[in-house]
Amino acid sequence: MRDRTLWTWHLFAGLVILVFLGLHMVIMHLDATLHVGNPFPGGAVDWANVAARMKSMFFAITYVVLLGAALFHGLYGFRNVLFELNPGGGLRRLVDAGFTLVGLALFVFGAWVALAAPGVAMRMGG
Amino acid sequence: MESRAHPNRLGIWGWIGGGRWGFERYLYSLHRVTGLGLLLYFLLHIFVTAFRVLGRDPQQSWAQAMNLVGGPFFKFGEYLVFAAFAFHAVNGIRLGMLELGFAVGRPIEPVYPYATSVGRQRPLALAVMLVAAVIALWGGYSFILGN
Repeated sequence: MRDRTLWTWHLFAGLVILVFLGLHMVIMHLDATLHVGNPFPGGAVDWANVAARMKSMFFAITYVVLLGAALFHGLYGFRNVLFELNPGGGLRRLVDAGFTLVGLALFVFGAWVALAAPGVAMRMGG
Repeated sequence: MESRAHPNRLGIWGWIGGGRWGFERYLYSLHRVTGLGLLLYFLLHIFVTAFRVLGRDPQQSWAQAMNLVGGPFFKFGEYLVFAAFAFHAVNGIRLGMLELGFAVGRPIEPVYPYATSVGRQRPLALAVMLVAAVIALWGGYSFILGN
């Protein structure tokens, strides 16, 4: 794929991350001042609040979208940083293949976790 | 075919040091450092947060995972991640705006004394720093209240 296309996707992924990671940061790290997304008393990482978010399909789906966008944005950004050191063609192909494989593997694992979460929360009765 | 790339003769120093270039050059370095830090944290975060669905008793697994990362060292690290996010996100908006041609001024004839767009960008860069600092301070206050 041409670099221009990948760069456009990099910018678009950044916008997606801005929205969904912004929401995640508000829920997880500004809970003490904003109280968003945590229906139970205690911290954002207390099991009752974690289970409440796990049950929500909104969170399951947005986590998958955020996971994909963040993996692409982060790994493509890191690739560009490495490519500024002018590696040879073979090393470039190795980095591309390695990052693609690692990204896909992490996406499959993370998406499985996010999509399994509602069922686990229901089973636990949290 | 002739390569149009410019070799990075400075290597890793070329990533970090801006020499006597402008303030925005150091925002570039900070954007890169915070990006790499966020990526490292994110890769670990994928595995730590997976504990909420793992094991026979996911609630117990989650409690163990949170105990592991619940010390003051990790809490401070978590705050640094928040502050890095605040800077990277707001500076990313600035970079996107510049890439699309906003806040750089209109093109002008190259007539002496030559003007650059750097001066036109400076207020935006300062505003970005201010917004990132306010978000980071707000996050710090929230962290102190919550711990």
